[in-house]
Amino acid sequence: MIAAIMFFLLFFGQSFGFSSNLRTICAAAGLAKSAKIFDFNWKSQMWNLVFLVGAILGGFISREFLSTDAPVLISEATIQDLSKMGIAAPDALQPAELFGLDAVLSLKGFLVLAFGGLMVGFGSRYAGGCTSGHAISGLSDLQIQSLIAVAGFFIGGLLMTYFVLPLIF
Amino acid sequence: MTKSEAVSWYRIQEMFRFQAFHMFGIIGTAVTLGVVGVALIKKFRIRDYQGNPIVFSPKEKSVARYLIGGSIFGLGWALSGACPGPMVVNIGYGYWAMAIVFFFAIVGTYFYGLIKHKLPH
Repeated sequence: MIAAIMFFLLFFGQSFGFSSNLRTICAAAGLAKSAKIFDFNWKSQMWNLVFLVGAILGGFISREFLSTDAPVLISEATIQDLSKMGIAAPDALQPAELFGLDAVLSLKGFLVLAFGGLMVGFGSRYAGGCTSGHAISGLSDLQIQSLIAVAGFFIGGLLMTYFVLPLIF
Repeated sequence: MTKSEAVSWYRIQEMFRFQAFHMFGIIGTAVTLGVVGVALIKKFRIRDYQGNPIVFSPKEKSVARYLIGGSIFGLGWALSGACPGPMVVNIGYGYWAMAIVFFFAIVGTYFYGLIKHKLPH
């Protein structure tokens, strides 16, 4: 399915990469004055913003019409590890410990979400792509740069998982 | 994306702990199909709907940029459990808290734009 979307976009003369939207939104917000990378014709990227809106709608549709609202069946080992950090076994798609109202309204919970977002946004532009751009599109084209980026994703991800998360939770 | 649970924080944690094949299966399937498809496009010089050749733009050659940028991305990915696409899927699904993550992802991108010239590339 993901590969099908990539080919569909290639066929229509585009390429599959979601984090470009973050740059496009900055450009559309008129931030080009302060940084050159936002100085481009963002309207040419309108198709990708439409894709973004589609992804929001897709999330909505999947909840309204396709969802069984079953907890995510992660492995027992993961449940064990997470419980050591005080995160309960899944009872929905996302943990209330991070995305529930109580968490969002606490200082720590808010900072977790804010820093997570900051690093994703900063890192994806620095690396020139995110999961869709590097791990899917880039690796499909056997690009060594994308392999380096994906290695980086895992270096950062493993550091967070094993060293930072236990400190936070 | 929701059906595959690739938008779930739990699944990302499981992936970074290598405790299930799930996420690797999803990404692996997409990449395997992708590699075959891209090879076919190149071999048969398949064109897009306007008849233009499909070109694959090689990424700029660098190691520092991809390694450092990728690692920062990975830190954020493992923390928030979402890369940019799944963030908006989650917003649509009703996880409003993800809007905070997405907003700060835009801020992070902007911040990169501001200090780009000072970073190793």
